[in-house]
Amino acid sequence: MAEKVLMKGNEALAEAAIRCGCKRFFGYPITPQTEVAAYMAKRLPKIGGTYMQAESEISAINMVYGAASAGVRAMTSSSSPGISLKTEGISYLIGSDLPCLIINVMRGGPGLGGIQPSQSDYWQATKAPGHGDGHILVFAPSTIQEMVDLVFDAFDLAETYRMPAMILADGMLGQMMEPVVFPEKEVVEHEKPWAANGHQGKREHNIINSLYLKPDELERTNRERFARYEIIKEKEARVEEYLTEDADIIVVAYGATSRIVRAAVKAAREQGIKAGMVRPITVWPFPAKAVAKAAETASRMLCVEMSLGQMVEDVRLAVNGKVPVEFYGRTGGIIPTPAEVLEQIKKIAGGAK
Amino acid sequence: MAVVYEKPHALTDAVLHYCPGCTHGIIHKLVAEAIDELGCEGKTVGVAPVGCAVMAYDYFRCDMLEAAHGRAPAVATGLKRSLPDRVIFTYQGDGDLAAIGTAETVHAATRGENITIIFVNNCIYGMTGGQMAPTTLPGQVTQTTPYGRDVKLAGYPIRVCEMLSTLDGTYYAERVSVDCVPNIRKAKAAIKKAFQNQIDGKGFSIVEVLSSCPTNWGLTPVEALQWLRDNMIPYYPLGVYKDKDKEADNNG
Repeated sequence: MAEKVLMKGNEALAEAAIRCGCKRFFGYPITPQTEVAAYMAKRLPKIGGTYMQAESEISAINMVYGAASAGVRAMTSSSSPGISLKTEGISYLIGSDLPCLIINVMRGGPGLGGIQPSQSDYWQATKAPGHGDGHILVFAPSTIQEMVDLVFDAFDLAETYRMPAMILADGMLGQMMEPVVFPEKEVVEHEKPWAANGHQGKREHNIINSLYLKPDELERTNRERFARYEIIKEKEARVEEYLTEDADIIVVAYGATSRIVRAAVKAAREQGIKAGMVRPITVWPFPAKAVAKAAETASRMLCVEMSLGQMVEDVRLAVNGKVPVEFYGRTGGIIPTPAEVLEQIKKIAGGAK
Repeated sequence: MAVVYEKPHALTDAVLHYCPGCTHGIIHKLVAEAIDELGCEGKTVGVAPVGCAVMAYDYFRCDMLEAAHGRAPAVATGLKRSLPDRVIFTYQGDGDLAAIGTAETVHAATRGENITIIFVNNCIYGMTGGQMAPTTLPGQVTQTTPYGRDVKLAGYPIRVCEMLSTLDGTYYAERVSVDCVPNIRKAKAAIKKAFQNQIDGKGFSIVEVLSSCPTNWGLTPVEALQWLRDNMIPYYPLGVYKDKDKEADNNG
């Protein structure tokens, strides 16, 4: 049986990536994700990989662009202000249909913000990971075990759909320790006939490019990419439902916040309030169907985030006015307590009577 | 009938989009000839810039990437670190390499990244229609220096080979010109050496090629070449700025 080990979230992310066959890491130090880089710097040279500390976040993501173009598994890791710098490169990765893994261990913003946990990059990750029409896969783990499991899925789906994938974690998940079991499964990297790795005189030259000067070609390319997104929305949206079956009040939360909400929902149940939780595991694609379904049976919904309200917009779009969707959030690095969330649930429950 | 001249195999049959009299075409040919002569087309991956040479990916027959503006040395680093036995080159203009991509250039050099950079310096942003470049000469009129580059306002041009030659990581830096046949021959030798250095695992090699831009300089092709000789070469002297081969010879 696989061994259970106690690991810090950031280090578990790094180890999971290595076990996925990712031997190319390009990064730049930033709190609270630096342990990902430090772990890679220690491990990768021992196994024939490359850890490289780039001169900037911009260079790091462009090194990923080069490695991904070569057809190898590559990744970078950063935290909020660093991800802003990477958005140029992310847009080019989208436009060139390149798979890679990007980790965002979110901290408070905007600007330099703070270094405590936050979920205030939801909009950036899900709506505008770079300029232009385009998306990346965004996974939102809530435990260290799930971070590990989702790294495997992120690499696999990034290659399946030829697009970047992001693990959207936060400073709390990155810095905490939990027991984790690494999956003992064989990792199969996808064939990459498109890679620019030298034609060896055996094929026409491959071109990795995002420039289309003819508007009809660019529109066609973008439409093809969006057709792929529709398949992804249909097949890859993931959600966990907790005590939703008979729930009158459904709380929607993702990532570290969902751990707090889970405790609050349990406490509400103990006080006779029929509360439940819907937890998006993918935030792009957003599990709109599952959220809409929850709205059919609940009378009220509450979205809780470590931001001033970002995912709540997707929740309201999914619910489409069927039930009222309230919001509660803390930001700037403040983590809401179960008691605060319980109070919100009770307030809503009272209002429903 | 005897064949006396052939287009290099490493160039595709695509029609170049460059303006009449522009010397990018000559430089493309020299790069392709070097690749042919070294027999490395099948294991070469090139990185195109943003700028006039943005569509170089259509012109070279080796595998090609199109990088974001200025990021080619970082992209090339990712490629080379993933495929150490492949030959990786970037082809970049002055705005790409010496303005928006200065950090990428300097750090690829100082790391001693085993790549080859072909740096085309024509003192102007060509693709966007003739604005001031980091290499625009003092007093030079461009769209964004309509009264001539005033160094009090816009600062001084960057001499890239001189700057990079101060870095321990740079193996080879040479400035050449393609204004006349003898200089084209020297440029060819420098470009081939910069590729050979990489194949031999020697490290970071850059060839700066002084190039003309008749369209944006507002000159005929012939006048432009004369302007290059009269104005660029005095400010950007031709020659080898760093060659660790020579240093080793001198020390030995």
